[in-house]
Amino acid sequence: MSEITHHIPEPMLAAYAAGTLPPVFETVVATHVSMCATCRAGMQAHEMAGGAVLEEGGAVDLSDALKADVLALLDGPAPEDRPAPKRKGIYPGPVMAALKNREPRWKSLGMGVRQSILMDGPDGSLRLLYIPPGRAVPDHGHNGIEMTLVLQGSFSDETGAFGVGDLEVADEELDHTPVAGEGLPCICLAATDAPLRFHSVLPRLLQPLFRI
Amino acid sequence: MLMTADMAYDTGKAQTKRLARRVQRDRKAVTDGQDMTDQTAWMLAVRDARDKAAFARLFDFYAPRLKGFVMRGGMDAALAEEIVQDVMLTVWHKAAQFDPERAQVSGWIYQITRNRQIDTIRRTGRAMPEELKHEDDHEPDAGQVLAMEQEAGKLKQALSRLKPEQRAMIEKAYLGDLTHQEIRDQTGLPLGTIKSRIRLGLDRLRHELKELREP
Ligand SMILES: [Zn+2]
Repeated sequence: MSEITHHIPEPMLAAYAAGTLPPVFETVVATHVSMCATCRAGMQAHEMAGGAVLEEGGAVDLSDALKADVLALLDGPAPEDRPAPKRKGIYPGPVMAALKNREPRWKSLGMGVRQSILMDGPDGSLRLLYIPPGRAVPDHGHNGIEMTLVLQGSFSDETGAFGVGDLEVADEELDHTPVAGEGLPCICLAATDAPLRFHSVLPRLLQPLFRI
Repeated sequence: MLMTADMAYDTGKAQTKRLARRVQRDRKAVTDGQDMTDQTAWMLAVRDARDKAAFARLFDFYAPRLKGFVMRGGMDAALAEEIVQDVMLTVWHKAAQFDPERAQVSGWIYQITRNRQIDTIRRTGRAMPEELKHEDDHEPDAGQVLAMEQEAGKLKQALSRLKPEQRAMIEKAYLGDLTHQEIRDQTGLPLGTIKSRIRLGLDRLRHELKELREP
């Protein structure tokens, strides 16, 4: 596998460690970290900083019974565990968790492009995109931030080339046209904190219907 | 899958054997590394020997700090103690996941606390990266354990030398009081300081992570 060259921006990694990213972005960060030792190390650095804040901040006295209560519970049953999701094929654990361990349910967007929506709500949307080799993702801009992580194949746009594991973070200023590379179809995990605005292919009126 | 008593017994035996091996080599790591903090030594005693006295020491050190931390995040005292209880019990039950080559006790507890808090806010829980595990016969690298401790020490010093406003902002960020947008917009937030302070540790950690496999 070629080296990952496009990583998680620092503020986003800090926000992930602090737990303040909306779930759609959090899933993309957790997925990239599953694929990238550099960002895993960075995430652990931020956790270390969080630990320093925890350790160096002021302590508050506990109520008298708390320690005895906790010690008395040590021999009790361990609380039920949410098992860490496992990778399946090209889909890392966090994607499988978002898929609830099922196969993606692809819906056609036309021109061979397909999507499978994983989350959609007021905090943003998360989807898998399937783009045939050489095909462009319909030209679009976005209102907020858009994160696109390559799981298979590759794409390139005005800002550079993105292979497996590479993450593109675009804000409202970037009006880009990603084109899938040759070879395998490009499968991406894409998150936005606002509905995409497609300029072509789909009339705006149809957007709610397709939830783009 | 149902487990028969025999199977459970065999699994238990294998686990005990593995544990004994781990205790042995980590004791060695402990004696090699004279600078290991009390917290790390207690945590290893909890992990490998299920040492309740060591857990009590960890509790005395972390529980009041944890309560302060959670309350500074805006939670009332009673709820904060519930979180403290859950987090400390998780420390006990999930001690096997603690890896001193990759994390400091405080960073590990920080992460457990954030998970716990997010789980209370959201129905779906937090999206977590895949876990990486050492090979069973992995020899812990005392040098790496020490390097992590030293970097953590330097990081604390660096934080204490920040201007009060910067320090307050860092605290807010890691308490979860700043959105991603706010962190992005805070040009005065010394994220770079944090990163460069622990660059050595990061390089070693990166190297270390490349040698891990998925479970
Ligand atoms: Zn990365």
